[in-house]
Amino acid sequence: MNSTSRHIPWGALGPWLALLATCIFFTLQSDRFLTGENLSLVLQQVMVVGVLAIGQTLIILTAGIDLSCGMVMALGSVIMTKFAVNYGINPYLAIVCGLAVTTGFGLLNGLLVTRVKLPPFIVTLGTLNIAFAITQIYSGAQIIPNLPDAMTALGNTFSLGSTEVSLGTVTMIALYALAWFVLRDTAPGRHLYAVGNNAEAARLTGIRVDRVLVTVYALAGLFYGIAALLSVARTGVGDPNAGQTENLDAITAVVLGGTSLFGGRGIILGSLVGAVIVGVFRNGLTLMGVASVYQTLITGILVILAVAADQMSRKGPR
Amino acid sequence: MKPAIAQTVARTATRLALSSLALAAASAFAAGEPVIGLITKTETNPFFVKMKEGAEAEAKKLGAKLLTAAGKSDGDTAGQITALENMAAAGAKTILITASGDAISPTVRKLQAKGVQVIALDSPFAGADALFATDNYQAGVLVGQYARAALAGKPARIVTLDLLPGHPVGAQRHNGFMKGFGLPAADAKSNELSRDPAVVCMADSFGDRAKSQTAMENCLQKNPEINVVYTINEPAAAGAFNALKKAGKEKGVLILSVDGGCQGIKDAAAGMITATSQQYPLKMAALGVAAGVKYARDGQKSSGYTDTGVTLISARPVSGVDSKDINTGMDLCWGAK
Repeated sequence: MNSTSRHIPWGALGPWLALLATCIFFTLQSDRFLTGENLSLVLQQVMVVGVLAIGQTLIILTAGIDLSCGMVMALGSVIMTKFAVNYGINPYLAIVCGLAVTTGFGLLNGLLVTRVKLPPFIVTLGTLNIAFAITQIYSGAQIIPNLPDAMTALGNTFSLGSTEVSLGTVTMIALYALAWFVLRDTAPGRHLYAVGNNAEAARLTGIRVDRVLVTVYALAGLFYGIAALLSVARTGVGDPNAGQTENLDAITAVVLGGTSLFGGRGIILGSLVGAVIVGVFRNGLTLMGVASVYQTLITGILVILAVAADQMSRKGPR
Repeated sequence: MKPAIAQTVARTATRLALSSLALAAASAFAAGEPVIGLITKTETNPFFVKMKEGAEAEAKKLGAKLLTAAGKSDGDTAGQITALENMAAAGAKTILITASGDAISPTVRKLQAKGVQVIALDSPFAGADALFATDNYQAGVLVGQYARAALAGKPARIVTLDLLPGHPVGAQRHNGFMKGFGLPAADAKSNELSRDPAVVCMADSFGDRAKSQTAMENCLQKNPEINVVYTINEPAAAGAFNALKKAGKEKGVLILSVDGGCQGIKDAAAGMITATSQQYPLKMAALGVAAGVKYARDGQKSSGYTDTGVTLISARPVSGVDSKDINTGMDLCWGAK
């Protein structure tokens, strides 16, 4: 990269600036916005999509995409809750079973992409429907209530000064920190970016591209399972109808965060910012009494702006 | 190379599906059975699951063959249009449909021109031969009247958690609630949600627990002191209750809903829902199948609107308003008991 073209990395800063601008706007519109209680709520509201977006970011960084994330999450939540409630299995073991199933689905996606060499869009379109159907059939379209306390523990809060912070929020932030560290400072992280940038070139430098891809999809599945646990902790039930819009919500968060859909570029923390921006708009517009249809409009406009900004910073000054 | 394989697979799968539909219908023809189609909005909502079960039971009783299909999600009119065409091609003479929107009307007109009877269940659409549905406006009115009586003159601070913008059933229940409560309200034909200063927050729940919880949390941030929450359906009510409980405000807030599903009645028994209007999907399905058999046997089409009934269920009766108790609600509920 030409060092004379080293300019401010707008691609990375953009989402943060957008979030800052949004928060300033809503603080001016409503005195209830910038309170610890309100902001803590917003983080809880976005934690499920936030964690889904971690897995989605990893996949998109490899120039793939995962349309099945929401449905796999719903499957995971039904498995873990049904195992604990209907079969009386120890809740921690039931959670592990749920995580195993979602990771397994991720593994399936990865194998279909690498062995059968199908495009990720098509593969995950298929597994989206398979996961959905299995969830509906297994749950009989009924929710699973009356969960053991251990399963909803991440919904509990602790006091930070005068604000209640949820354990789930802390989990989300910790996972982002972990993912950020691995992507930045470890060899597997660099390999992932290399594969996303140019898979052939990566292969020629000795990177096991197939192994990286399978690992990424399986790992994403694990994150979807954790998101399932957060979803269960938040609503208090296993819900087979959860996750229907989360498929696209997770992709929206990744795109708003500045990660390129073409792979190889993007910062994982951006996805957290992307998820938070959507949550902030939803919260702020409700505080202002604006109809929710405008949230959808604004989210759509933001997505276009984010992708356009990514395209422009790709071309860059020459 | 790969997209071509995907295309071939998709084409073969569609052909297989169509031919199995046709085989099923053909064998029904051979046996002289009327072929009736049922298309619901989604496969997932227990309301439609129950409707399908009711239709299957009635079809078996009357000796008809039932074909079923559904859209992918609430609003998936394209999926329903495809199902309409496939079922007509497979020989269905009557198709029952819970329409996701008026976008299906042109296709329905085409089929009606070929002699197919298309009956709307639960959700009206333009051009249906007949409608067997809950009066959703009345369902709203009943819980609105209950809320007004239960408040007993205290100033109302109302939150409405609606479905999604522009949805007719969402609008009917919301406006019915406003009317029943005594606030200015649009009539049953309007798709717009009526507003009033007594309604301090209006948000969309999408009928989803988690989204409803988020909407209620945000509304509570806006107005911490509220005493009435109207919700579009019972999953939304459950999400709202969660939010109220987390904020320590669940006592002293009336939570109203519509549906009367077994899970909802259980929630009402547990104090999570104060009153709910119960509706009867099984009845809708049974009437629809009977209408299909009548058309096939006598050539007589059904017409007009048949109200399949709505009952107010509450664990806490209020004077001046007629409601039935939880036991009645459980007896009549739909879903897994």
